[in-house]
Amino acid sequence: MDVKQQKLNKEYQIYVQRKMPKSNLLRDCILAFLVGGLICTIGQAVNNFGKSYFNLNTEEASAFTAIVMIFIGALLTGLGVYDDIGKYGGAGSVVPITGFANSIVSPAMEFKKEGYVFGVGSKLFSIAGPVLVYGITASVLVGLIYFFVK
Amino acid sequence: MEYLRAFLVGGLICVIAQIIIDKTSLTPARVLVCFVTAGVILTAIGIYEPIVKFGGAGATVPLPGFGYALAKGAIKGVEEMGAMGAFVGGVRAAAGGITAAVVFGYLAAVLFNPRMKR
Repeated sequence: MDVKQQKLNKEYQIYVQRKMPKSNLLRDCILAFLVGGLICTIGQAVNNFGKSYFNLNTEEASAFTAIVMIFIGALLTGLGVYDDIGKYGGAGSVVPITGFANSIVSPAMEFKKEGYVFGVGSKLFSIAGPVLVYGITASVLVGLIYFFVK
Repeated sequence: MEYLRAFLVGGLICVIAQIIIDKTSLTPARVLVCFVTAGVILTAIGIYEPIVKFGGAGATVPLPGFGYALAKGAIKGVEEMGAMGAFVGGVRAAAGGITAAVVFGYLAAVLFNPRMKR
């Protein structure tokens, strides 16, 4: 590599670094806190609604909340609103269960043209699949360990 | 007060995820997998239960809460029916969420089309 080429490479590196979007950790964290906190507050309201109107116990109310929040997440993703929330909320929109619904609907919608079996059907699980695999496997291990040490 | 606690706990869990995403090269999808697994482990060693008691939906709505439901269900299953409960209890406890995700996810993906990039 001659000197000229080296100089060009160096200039390009500097150019790339200048153009890279700066991630501002503090700003990201504040937005994640606000958006994530707000979604969980809505979840709390749904939970309380289930307890008072349908007389659900704690466990049933948690399941009710999960179902309603997933419904909201899936609907907002379909309408294209969740992407806008995600643009600002970052992890605040990914980590709540509404983000789980978003991770299911988004790729399935995107790959619809590949058909309803291998497009929608399998892409539904492109992120939910790994989550279920590791979550369920870990829970079975925990159950078995509990069985042996109990 | 209950709503404030849910806001604080839920917000903090999301901030932890945001720091992990910004500071490491983990993609959001990997963070989801880690958070569910972390929820299972933290529940097993008895750390997540007090967080749920304090934060309510702030602890159960984020993904570690899904791991919490799985682990708690597996332990309850073992108490009710022995070793087989480890296989039955977890998914039974999380069944509502899993089924809702499949059904509502499918319906939304079929009914709606991706919005044009603006």
